[in-house]
Amino acid sequence: MSAVELENLTLTRGRRTILSNVTAGIGEGEFIGVFGPNGAGKTTLLHAILGLLAPASGTIRVFGKPPGNGSALAGYLPQKRSAIGDLRLRGWDLVASAYEGHRWGPPVLGARGREEVAWALETVEARALAERPLSQLSGGELQRILLAQALLGKPKLLLLDEPLISLDPRYQQAVVELIKRVQSALGITVLLTAHELNPLLGFMDRVLYLGHGRAALGTTEEVITSEVLSRLYDAPIEVLRLNGRLIVVAAHGEVEAEAHRHDA
Amino acid sequence: MLEYDFMRTAFEAGTVVAIVAGAVGYFLVLRNLAFAGHALSHVGFAGATGAVLLGVAPFWGLIAFTVAGGIGMGLLGDQLRGRDIAVGIMLSLSLGLGVLFLHLYTTYATQASSLLFGNVLGVSPENLWDMLVLGAITLASLTAIARPLIFATLDPELAEAKGVSLRLIAVLFLIIVAVAVAEAVQVVGILLVFALMVGPAAAALRCTTRLKTGVALSAIFAVAETWAGIALAYVTDWPPSFWITLLSSVVYGLTFLPSLLPLAARA
Repeated sequence: MSAVELENLTLTRGRRTILSNVTAGIGEGEFIGVFGPNGAGKTTLLHAILGLLAPASGTIRVFGKPPGNGSALAGYLPQKRSAIGDLRLRGWDLVASAYEGHRWGPPVLGARGREEVAWALETVEARALAERPLSQLSGGELQRILLAQALLGKPKLLLLDEPLISLDPRYQQAVVELIKRVQSALGITVLLTAHELNPLLGFMDRVLYLGHGRAALGTTEEVITSEVLSRLYDAPIEVLRLNGRLIVVAAHGEVEAEAHRHDA
Repeated sequence: MLEYDFMRTAFEAGTVVAIVAGAVGYFLVLRNLAFAGHALSHVGFAGATGAVLLGVAPFWGLIAFTVAGGIGMGLLGDQLRGRDIAVGIMLSLSLGLGVLFLHLYTTYATQASSLLFGNVLGVSPENLWDMLVLGAITLASLTAIARPLIFATLDPELAEAKGVSLRLIAVLFLIIVAVAVAEAVQVVGILLVFALMVGPAAAALRCTTRLKTGVALSAIFAVAETWAGIALAYVTDWPPSFWITLLSSVVYGLTFLPSLLPLAARA
């Protein structure tokens, strides 16, 4: 069975069409890197898979079922996190807050909840880290705590929105390796959006590239090519290979570098 | 001093109010809403003085206005961010209306001072019952929404993705804050609500990184400061509100000592 099946999927935000008529299938246990220029619909696609956004047309199937709101099958790591890095609370309390956090009542975890939080923290090797205040953690350490939070409920699918953004290259590598380890250990499917291809080369099974409402899914060799990217960007794009790294260049400058500037 | 009825009532009322203000205040500070608590108490001034004018007990006017203000703030939500000027103008308008109402009802001059600066020694036994019932309702409501409140406070993006309505939580929480503020006004008055709602909570947040310990510690600080404040007032004959605000500042200040000590040692 596919983990995620998109069929003639069209997604709109307001009157803007984000994705139009996309068909793609992601197998169980795959590690997929999701790329594309800003506004290409990476986050929108994750929201649709979570069931937060209904398709304008077409269908989404998550493990054969329509996505449900807050589906327990999917763990989610949102991109924008307002003030977590300023909190003087320990990481444990942050992770615990997400355990059944949508239900009314007192914040009592119970034995099962405590076990689950401990398991999630151990899976990302952050048991000791979780005792320290969030405000004292580095970007990479914080990302580990947030990854543990996404693992609550033992999801079969992880949707990670820009987990590498604003991390030093050194930490980026460590976080990618950790995600890969967690994915292999638990045998789950990962969809990870990112701006840069290179930190993920060698870790991804396939690439999903979005642009101009269209999508291309395939191996890095199949998708990161001048023809495919030129079609997605609707502009001439060149792909250079340099010491095992990929550099995507547009006629008017480096595409990836520009994506970062938008983000600042 | 406990042989006097009014002292016993003061300690009882102070305890109820301090527990409520400490617990609710912890979440107020955690949500970066300290100023909202301050603003709500000011909104209450027009309500309290207006109630006097209409012949209703000021407490009910106070609570009606703070709750209405809380609902309004919760509904506006993020739109309030960066609107200090609009909020400030509402505050001064509310205080201004209060002054007018007091002027129109001149016999209640002492009422103004109790409302503004609190008068815990003047709490009547009937008041105490109202405060006890409202305090219990407030704590029960806080417990009932605690789980999604904590989730929405610590991690709004994920909470929203998991189906928590951030706006509903914000409105419910600010109603709870509004009632807690109205209670705190009975002890420290409209102008000094910060001392009970924010001081102990901010100190607790600096003392522990554990959430539940923090809530408990915040309530303990508030109760200790209130008790000591009332006792010191009895001994010195200075107003309890003064002592409570002083103790609240001292406890908050003391939480900075551990981080200052290494500096002193190095010097």
